[in-house]
Amino acid sequence: MLKKRIIPCLDVKNGRAVKGVNFVDMKDAGDPIELAKTYINHGADELVFLDITATVEYRKTWTDLVKKIASEINIPFTVGGGINNVEDVSALVKAGADKVSINSAAVYQPLLITEISQKFGSQCTVIAIDTKFENGQWWVFTHGGRTSTSLKTVQWAQKIEKLGAGEILLTSMNNDGTKNGFAVDITREVSSAVNVPVIASGGAGKKQDFKDIFKQTTVSAALAASIFHFNEISIKELKTYLNNQQIPIRI
Amino acid sequence: MIAIIKYNAGNILSVQNTLTRLGYKSEITNEKKAICASDKVIFPGVGEASSAMRYLRDRELDIVISDLTQPFLGICLGLQLMCKSSEEGDTDCLGIFDTRVKLFPPDDKVPHIGWNCFETFKGPLFKDVSIQDDVYFVHSYYAEKCKHTVATCNYVRPFSAAMQKDNFYATQFHPEKSADVGAQILKNFLQL
Repeated sequence: MLKKRIIPCLDVKNGRAVKGVNFVDMKDAGDPIELAKTYINHGADELVFLDITATVEYRKTWTDLVKKIASEINIPFTVGGGINNVEDVSALVKAGADKVSINSAAVYQPLLITEISQKFGSQCTVIAIDTKFENGQWWVFTHGGRTSTSLKTVQWAQKIEKLGAGEILLTSMNNDGTKNGFAVDITREVSSAVNVPVIASGGAGKKQDFKDIFKQTTVSAALAASIFHFNEISIKELKTYLNNQQIPIRI
Repeated sequence: MIAIIKYNAGNILSVQNTLTRLGYKSEITNEKKAICASDKVIFPGVGEASSAMRYLRDRELDIVISDLTQPFLGICLGLQLMCKSSEEGDTDCLGIFDTRVKLFPPDDKVPHIGWNCFETFKGPLFKDVSIQDDVYFVHSYYAEKCKHTVATCNYVRPFSAAMQKDNFYATQFHPEKSADVGAQILKNFLQL
């Protein structure tokens, strides 16, 4: 049976793992590679590294860090943050990234999704959607949640699937950092509207939140950052709990 | 020396990284001589079947591969290219394994991404592996079961998770990305 995946996310700024609340107020959370190895030992199924440095000068250092990550870890990992074109993807894949996650660039140049998917395969092409509930609708936001768009979340998810996305990483900005649980409704809606795997993200605060998202939606994976960084929940403990709740989990 | 066959697409560096961690020397190459002279050959890959086959044919690597006698391990797309044909790009493949590669029907999420356990397995690749162990898959196409199937996995339908014919071994999952279980399977291959 295919297992539901638990994915710790590491936001990386200038080579250090950090975590903010609602996309701002960053706290230092340690060396990303050491953190990654700890997560793997505790049973992480996959890892996501997001570069939030957002300076052009840092690109080269980032690629070197990705190379180091690839040489030291033995589970799949996704790299995201500031990817604007096929050359960026090529550099990261060559450095050893299994998948890339694209957010803003996909909104402004949707054909980039097709281009990346054709060149590197849809399994490599993760499209991240940051979504926020405003005026009775879930909308797509870009640039780390700072810029609004006129795209409705479910329609956008269906469009990116057609364009070649292999997975969708859905983050609810209303929930992110709050620790009040994942946004079950929009996650359910997106996951049933597309046939590619969806990763739920934003809002995990306790073990029950993971149970709820897996029991109440068809998502394939759940991603969280701060609760793992600050050891509020250990991945091992979480997976034992989910296994006891009859959710298929790799132990 | 272990030869890792280089072709146009895919993250083949991760295979080399894993071999290095296991203490084995390897070389990523598309040179016929280097491939033929190596002790073992690994044919990894993520990518698209028709362009990968075109790359191999342009360099006559299709003929080289079929004639190899040392232990050979195809991974993921590697396994699919070792079959008779693939629905992906309507491609004629190497024909080592007597089966076809088909697209998963949309009865569940496609691609099949994530950790899945085995339904059945046998043979030397699975020494010291438990049937409940999970390995990492990422694929939209699957090889139908056939007489060369040595492991099956069930997703939407049962399919070949591993195959073997003589010196030719292949896994649909990624042992290089399957943590300690994957490392064990690679070690089993490397110790053949």
